[in-house]
Amino acid sequence: MQKTLTIAKREFVAYFNGPAAYIVICLFLVLLGIFFWNPFFLINRASVRPMFDLMSVLLLPTCPAMTMGLLAEEKRTGTVEVLLTMPLKDTHVIGGKFLGAVGLLCVLLLLTLPYPMSVASLGNLDWGPVIAGYTALFLQGSAMLAIGVLASSWTENQLIAFFSAGMICFALFIVTRFLPFLPQQLASTVEWFSFDYHYASMLRGVIDSRDVIYFLSVIGFSLALAFRSLESRRWS
Amino acid sequence: MSSEVMIEARDLVKRYDDVVALDKVSMEVRRGEVLGFLGPNGAGKSTTMRILTCFTSPTEGSAKINGHDVLEESLQAREAIGYLPESNPLYPDLLVLEYLQFVAEVRGLDKAETRKRLKTIVEETGLGDVYAKQIRTLSKGYRQRVGLAQALIHQPPILILDEPMSGLDPNQAVEIRDLIKDIGRERTVVLSTHNLAEVQVACDRVLIINKGKIVADDTPDGLRDRAGKTRYLVTVQGEAADKCESALKAIDGVERVRGLGAETGELRFELLPTGSDDLRPRIFKAAVDNDLTLLGLGREGQGLEQIFRDLTTSEEAAGASDSANADAAE
Repeated sequence: MQKTLTIAKREFVAYFNGPAAYIVICLFLVLLGIFFWNPFFLINRASVRPMFDLMSVLLLPTCPAMTMGLLAEEKRTGTVEVLLTMPLKDTHVIGGKFLGAVGLLCVLLLLTLPYPMSVASLGNLDWGPVIAGYTALFLQGSAMLAIGVLASSWTENQLIAFFSAGMICFALFIVTRFLPFLPQQLASTVEWFSFDYHYASMLRGVIDSRDVIYFLSVIGFSLALAFRSLESRRWS
Repeated sequence: MSSEVMIEARDLVKRYDDVVALDKVSMEVRRGEVLGFLGPNGAGKSTTMRILTCFTSPTEGSAKINGHDVLEESLQAREAIGYLPESNPLYPDLLVLEYLQFVAEVRGLDKAETRKRLKTIVEETGLGDVYAKQIRTLSKGYRQRVGLAQALIHQPPILILDEPMSGLDPNQAVEIRDLIKDIGRERTVVLSTHNLAEVQVACDRVLIINKGKIVADDTPDGLRDRAGKTRYLVTVQGEAADKCESALKAIDGVERVRGLGAETGELRFELLPTGSDDLRPRIFKAAVDNDLTLLGLGREGQGLEQIFRDLTTSEEAAGASDSANADAAE
């Protein structure tokens, strides 16, 4: 565990040593600001529901951007060889990278707090759904990061990692829109696999253990696959 | 000095699809030895090193590092190794200090120990001026030092260095070489290189690998003796090449004389001896007897370069005797 945290810490520090984290966070906050506050006064209601819908969409490009370099860049520059010849298990490496990215996600989510706070100062805000919303965002974001780590383990090219992670996340996100075209039986199964379904369910203000388990399963499954993919280098 | 075996490899085979990168490579390296690993590009040097450092697994065969199997007890094996991979990859965004701290932490050093080790390692590797700088801003020589510091921070009994001197200017290469020699006093060092001069100076033993097979395993001197006939270079004043050549050929113990060309008023010859006696007195005497004016007389051993070329350019050449007949001067 200690070693996982060491790696997580290094990744987290590395984000802020370069410009990447600042660019991603700034873009996220600026876009959120524009799209949230513009219609806010038209609707004239102290609700942050649109904000959470918006943030879940904004995470789609953000999360893959945060993870794309995690393993791909190490493979491209060869530092992976230093890392994996140290007395570390591959699980330490995968777990550490993932946690480092989750740390950045937390920073990002914390920086959006002024938005609901300003809404609260303008009207009577119900904080229950806000807390549920942040929990849902955190879980969905983490699941996307895990998928990003997986995509990053496949390639040496950050762009490929970015687009494959983005596409998988987008597919899991958009799949609910195609449900009407699917046979009834299949539709409910497919729906269960979508981000949207569980996210929306949590946004209603109820934290259902099934939704939590869904996101945790996506995380576990993706990281396990990433682990396999990293390990396969030994036998290639 | 104890002669404990620190690295032991048995019949390592590595196949990538249908390409055989390593073909039954076995080696033993003892404590306190500095082993030079030579071979042309793609011969399997890096693959061997990657197996020893547990980065990749052998298709067949086994290897033990400090008594720990690289597959069964990979973590313990890795703990005993400091590794500098080829092209010395580093995290460009980190400060030198941050990077070394990270490595120390992953290596499981506690805070007090880390501080102590950092201080000594920065001194040893001469990083004092740059340890607060970002790695991306460093020159190649300094980066190499950072890579070495990374490999040394946990005081490993075994060091594996993949081309530690490549891409450095001659001054830097000498500095790094001396550093490695220093380090090698107490540790087992395996280093791969293209630079044969470095091997002669820094290594106790040389392994030459070609096409995935070990073709030579000897001390640098032993290798030279094996392949080794000496040759004599003679420069004579005058124009009459034939006369000179026959005079030189007549010397007892000379097997072959070859003209190396003429410059204004100078003739140059190469003499290959039959035995190992020093022929220089005889050459001098022959010159006097034949009324030739000697301008130069030199004796040189066949360089490692030639031996390396002989061993790695043709498969049969492993037998050293034919190699001596190869043209020594190009």
